[in-house]
Amino acid sequence: MAPEAPEAPRQPPWKAHIHRLLHHRLFLLGLGLFLIVAVVALLAPWIAPQDPNKLAMRFKFRPPDGDFIFGTDNFGRSLWSRVVWGARLSMFIGSAVVLINAIAGTAIGAAAGYFRKLDNVLMRVNDALMAFPAVLLAIAVTAVLGPSVNDVIIALGIVYTPRTARIVRSSVIVLREMEYVQAAVAAGAGHWRILRHHILPNAMAPLIVQLSFLFAYAVLTEATLSFLGVGAVPPTPTWGNIMAEGRQYMVDAPWIVAIPGVALMITVLGLNLLGDGLRDVLDPRLRIQS
Amino acid sequence: MPIMLIVSLIAFGMIHLIPGDPAIAIAGMSATAEQIANIRHDLGLDRPLLTQLWRWYANLATGDLGRSLLLGQPVVQVMLQRLPVTLALAAYALVLTLAIGLTSGIVAALRQNTWVDQVAMVVAMLGISLPNFYLGLLMIVLFAVDLRWLPTGGYIAFTADPLGWLATSTMPAISQALLLAGLLARITRSTMLEVLRQDYIRTARAKGLSNGRVVLKHALANALIPITTVVGIVVSLLISGSVVTETLFSIPGVGQLLTQAVLNRDYPMVQGGLLIVTGLLVVVNILVDVCYALLDPRVRYDGA
Amino acid sequence: MSLLEVRNLTTAFQTGSGEIAAVEDVAFDLNPGEILGIVGESGSGKSVTALTIMGLLPRPPARVAAGSVHFDGEDLTHLSDRRMQHIRGPGIAMVFQEPMTSLNPVFTIGNQIMETIRAHERLPQRALFARAVEMLEKVGIASAARRMADYPHQLSGGQRQRVMLAIALVCRPRVLIADEPTTALDVTIQAQILDLMLDLRDEFGMAIVLITHNMGVIAETADRVIVMYAGRIVEEAPVAALFDNPRHPYTRGLLECVPSLTTERERLIAIPGTLPEPMRRPPGCRFAPRCRFAAPICSESIPALTEQGPGHTAACFRIAELPAV
Repeated sequence: MAPEAPEAPRQPPWKAHIHRLLHHRLFLLGLGLFLIVAVVALLAPWIAPQDPNKLAMRFKFRPPDGDFIFGTDNFGRSLWSRVVWGARLSMFIGSAVVLINAIAGTAIGAAAGYFRKLDNVLMRVNDALMAFPAVLLAIAVTAVLGPSVNDVIIALGIVYTPRTARIVRSSVIVLREMEYVQAAVAAGAGHWRILRHHILPNAMAPLIVQLSFLFAYAVLTEATLSFLGVGAVPPTPTWGNIMAEGRQYMVDAPWIVAIPGVALMITVLGLNLLGDGLRDVLDPRLRIQS
Repeated sequence: MPIMLIVSLIAFGMIHLIPGDPAIAIAGMSATAEQIANIRHDLGLDRPLLTQLWRWYANLATGDLGRSLLLGQPVVQVMLQRLPVTLALAAYALVLTLAIGLTSGIVAALRQNTWVDQVAMVVAMLGISLPNFYLGLLMIVLFAVDLRWLPTGGYIAFTADPLGWLATSTMPAISQALLLAGLLARITRSTMLEVLRQDYIRTARAKGLSNGRVVLKHALANALIPITTVVGIVVSLLISGSVVTETLFSIPGVGQLLTQAVLNRDYPMVQGGLLIVTGLLVVVNILVDVCYALLDPRVRYDGA
Repeated sequence: MSLLEVRNLTTAFQTGSGEIAAVEDVAFDLNPGEILGIVGESGSGKSVTALTIMGLLPRPPARVAAGSVHFDGEDLTHLSDRRMQHIRGPGIAMVFQEPMTSLNPVFTIGNQIMETIRAHERLPQRALFARAVEMLEKVGIASAARRMADYPHQLSGGQRQRVMLAIALVCRPRVLIADEPTTALDVTIQAQILDLMLDLRDEFGMAIVLITHNMGVIAETADRVIVMYAGRIVEEAPVAALFDNPRHPYTRGLLECVPSLTTERERLIAIPGTLPEPMRRPPGCRFAPRCRFAAPICSESIPALTEQGPGHTAACFRIAELPAV
């Protein structure tokens, strides 16, 4: 069997990647699960018109039935409305954290990887932030900033951006030494042009894989923060809040905890499958590295 | 350890990032001007920033991390009381994680693409997709409420009653271990598959070694090197997860302590606790690096 | 009776697009003390043949689709795992192309040699150590007792290949299969390793199957040669007959551009075109599309090996019409 030819520096062949993704069953399953949640979140005002915070004590603890498909909670609030609006919040927070990471993580990682003088300073701070246990740092930051959706987004941004920056930095360091980049340097191209045209496009694959897993972590960690009571304040309908409130009625009204839990799992499972598929196709050699 | 310098600087800076006046944030809206002034003075917030920084490091050097506002005790003392609880639980969960994660990862790799592999990987995938409080809640309902095998929560120290410790720690440990084992199993499997493709595995077979020896000696010794790094990550996740697990199972460890501190705006406790826990993790990572060198002669000899 | 008898061996691989035969209908004998060269380009099926004999191909996807490999009266293709483990080492041993990656990086070379002995014989630790040191000395490792504690990364490529030889030979195999044992080494080291193999053959009396793409290596070491192309044997001859009177057009092509030992690493083929991949093999004679002498019949059926002289066979429809060498 012939040894594999060394891979040439590649401009990502997007068509081939998309073709392979469309034949990756688990990726499609993940994409499907994620899209279901995303569509539900987008359509929340139409499919769950009832106010998720509207109290109706006469309906409290109604199990799932024809009137309330997900049942009601201890205040008679429609669980369907709360879970659907919770999806909207989870998706919003996840997307915002991904956006922060995509911008700040790329900027910091590219700067550290490309400009050797900045590398030391940036990565020291980066490593220090990564040394904190993730959830503990996140709750400490929300303690400092306050318990609102925006503060949770900032906290998750602070916790996860260093991890993204590190991944971008590793790619940039490798790419910087590639011959075609050196050739561009020799041809007198400016730093900005080299980064934009020669380095960053080729650093996209690991970044995209990271961002899909990051979306999953962000959704999970946000739920954990609200469950602990340090996330967005109740009665904001986040999945974590619903589960925290339903916890004491777990034996008599198990659906209050179970339904948002399943919603959370579907979302995170979908994103993880999506990330696995992207990794298989975009960057088969990417594994956990020190 | 330059990393600890920066970590401590971040911990110091945290309180100054509080929007508005931290003293007001701590004392609450209804506090009198006098109360606020007292808090400001106690925390040294009335001094210039550089003086505060100097005192923070001077105190750190003597092992003084201030007093918890809530408990009135020195932060270090409170942490020393609570740490053994968290560490014992983390150790228990780590042992379970390693046992389940390594075994299922290795078996899945050896039975690649069979139903054993597929079942193991589906379970592992569910594991990394569940929040650990969800699994914990399900376990409480099943094992504590329905079956009444184990208590719903609470904690008995190992030194007081080993069996009681086991009874109170088993559910928290399993609820963490099952999920982290998913992570470890996935990585063990892919690492083993990678190692089993290597030329030296073929050499080992060509020598006439038994399959068991090829896998358990030649493959595992190499696979453990990258897996060591993951064990460092698992420990960090266990400590992170203790926040949730201890709150869920009412275990008086560091995680519960810091969650309470955050909810009660006990900033010195949050600052000091975070610093100590992170310091511990830095030490764990140094140990991981040492293991890495012990397992890989190439690193050992280059480093020496 | 021959030591090793390979008959009609066909090894197939399960792939996404059906089963593909990497090696087809290969047959040869190996006599005690003999050096049999197998030559061909990479992808010709030489290594797959060797790994099939050793039972080292992963199953699945590989499987022996037909034929047999008799060693010592036993058909290796039907042996249990356990029985096969006893053959590997003392019966048939193997050395691979890549000395840099063929030794386990995390164990000392002493450990790796001694465990080979331990897998097949019961010996006290001291005797194990002494035997390993003795073997290291035989393969030309200086101050062998001290090198026992070295890790592979502390050795040069040539030394590693010597260690690989020590591992292969420490149980005194009756057959040694050497798959491109010198390809990855510097030119001067190559000659040393080949000389060493010849010396050890004389000392231990084993037979050697030497797999290479290098006609120069064949000329220097082999007694008899098999030429493989696209999974099939196209010519077999005693070494002198092959070089003096090559019959198959492919063999002739190979010989027209024999590289000397000094220009080792270059591609040696001056034949137009490339070796077809296993899934794209042409019908009829595999070599026909690249052959100067191809006639219509060549793409219709596969030529059989026919007698060309004492111990000399070749598979070509056009032998009679070929110009004299």
